[in-house]
Amino acid sequence: MTWEIVIGLEVHAQLSTSSKIFCGASTAFGAEPNTQADAVSLALPGVLPVLNKGAVERAIRFGLATGAYIAPRSVFARKNYFYPDLPKGYQISQFDLPVVGNGQLVIQVPAQGNSPAYEKTVCLTRAHLEEDAGKSLHEDFHGMTGIDLNRAGTPLLEIVSEPDMRSAAEAVAYAKTLHSLVRWIGICDGNMQEGSFRCDANVSVHKSGTPFGTRREIKNLNSFRFLEQAINYEARWQIETLESGGTIRQATVLFDPDKGETRMMRTKEEAHDYRYFPDPDLLPLEISEEWKERVRATLPELPQARQARYVSELGLSVYDAGILTASREMADFFEAALNEAPGHAKMCANWLIGEISAQLNRDGLDIAQCPITPQQLGGMLKRIADNTISNSGAKEVFRTIWTEGGEADAIIEAKGLKQVSDSGAIEVLVDEIIAANADKVAEYRSGKDKLFGFFVGLAMKASKGKANPAQLNEILKRKLAG
Amino acid sequence: MSLSIDDVKKVARLARLAVTEQEAQTAHAQLSGIFGLIGEMRAVDTAAIEPMSHAQDVVQRLREDRVTEHDQRELFQSVAPQVENGLYLVPQVIE
Repeated sequence: MTWEIVIGLEVHAQLSTSSKIFCGASTAFGAEPNTQADAVSLALPGVLPVLNKGAVERAIRFGLATGAYIAPRSVFARKNYFYPDLPKGYQISQFDLPVVGNGQLVIQVPAQGNSPAYEKTVCLTRAHLEEDAGKSLHEDFHGMTGIDLNRAGTPLLEIVSEPDMRSAAEAVAYAKTLHSLVRWIGICDGNMQEGSFRCDANVSVHKSGTPFGTRREIKNLNSFRFLEQAINYEARWQIETLESGGTIRQATVLFDPDKGETRMMRTKEEAHDYRYFPDPDLLPLEISEEWKERVRATLPELPQARQARYVSELGLSVYDAGILTASREMADFFEAALNEAPGHAKMCANWLIGEISAQLNRDGLDIAQCPITPQQLGGMLKRIADNTISNSGAKEVFRTIWTEGGEADAIIEAKGLKQVSDSGAIEVLVDEIIAANADKVAEYRSGKDKLFGFFVGLAMKASKGKANPAQLNEILKRKLAG
Repeated sequence: MSLSIDDVKKVARLARLAVTEQEAQTAHAQLSGIFGLIGEMRAVDTAAIEPMSHAQDVVQRLREDRVTEHDQRELFQSVAPQVENGLYLVPQVIE
């Protein structure tokens, strides 16, 4: 019997509010240490938390976008632990009554080797609001630790999945889908370098048909690559440990990206060691049906709905539609370009997924920084569609727009890229080629079909690449047949 | 439900409270008294009653998402025992 890997993810998404969750200090990234640590962030005696409406609204948006239960009444709790990056001695979080419960996320797991791509639904156990901690700096401060409390009190939405994933690839697909969703609905900037989107992975292994194994939690994975490497390493380690007669103890581990391995941080404290209890400083949070509906009215069309629409209305493949809806910027770009060249969705998708994505990759840009506007792309697509330019001509137009800017029509005119669709002109050209290559024509006619490409090449060269390829093929085939 | 003296010591350690043997004994007796009270209350049928999460039957008021605090680092750090480069210095804690 083979081993099965079981993975659940906890993601901390930093909510994109301007102020902190329980006070009016700024959440801007990169400020001088402690300049955004006000009396509440410092936990000075006598201060009280006041909940940020913007943070709650973002939690509602997430709940609506994942078809989740949004609690009409939820409660904040104190999670007690002593660490100088949280000077209160506890973190305000939610425990038994979280704001969001029971959602789901549909993920596309890409093809790998021989196994084809597939779709899977991952269930979300819950999502709750909580405050972030500050930062401890263990550099040399005469044997002391430096504390920066700018980040303390930054609003987080902790999104907890069921242990529904069975491979690192599924975990990565889930994390990427979630990452794209929180950006799509505008609740988190998704900046992983700045820690706005952090993953913890719970990993266990068992033989299928037997109960789940003991899990270990890998903390603070801040890139999709590390997430994948850490899970693969951890699962292999657990399997090897069990096969050599060892046992797994519940623990928290850290991933070392340099060594590519996980190592023990601490054995897992029992949940009751945090001594959660309702925070008497905060009253229960109520979310009315009416507030929920107001938020629902401001939600954009969701990625999954757009993907389905691209397939059913535009005739795109599920794969292409998935790539186009991987980010809202990409999907909006696609629709704006298509608006210029209506009816050419497949061609538009091909250019975006092919040439443009490749060029963006080479230049290290994302779609929001694309030097070509959707209008410029659309203008070019229109000229491909009406046969004004050939594919090779289009590549030339594309390169010119990318590097120098300008509109397709002007470039086609200036560079003389208009293809020859005058069948009379093409016939003359083909006749000349046939006359000049009598020997090859004879070979072709005696069955050497492969020579067809040779004639196409000659004809294209003679037309300086401007002959309409479909027309040229048709004329050449007819004339060569004799 | 009963509480052992070890439970008392564990809770004290989690709360970072140093307790003497004598204090642990006193706390044990007091906490056991509370457990007794809880035992009595357990006899009441509360199946249909929603647990109370706050003593007052009102709901949380919310503030608009606006930055209202300005930088007062200098003032706050003037009373801190030790600061350097804008950081608060504390005894080293390494896990």
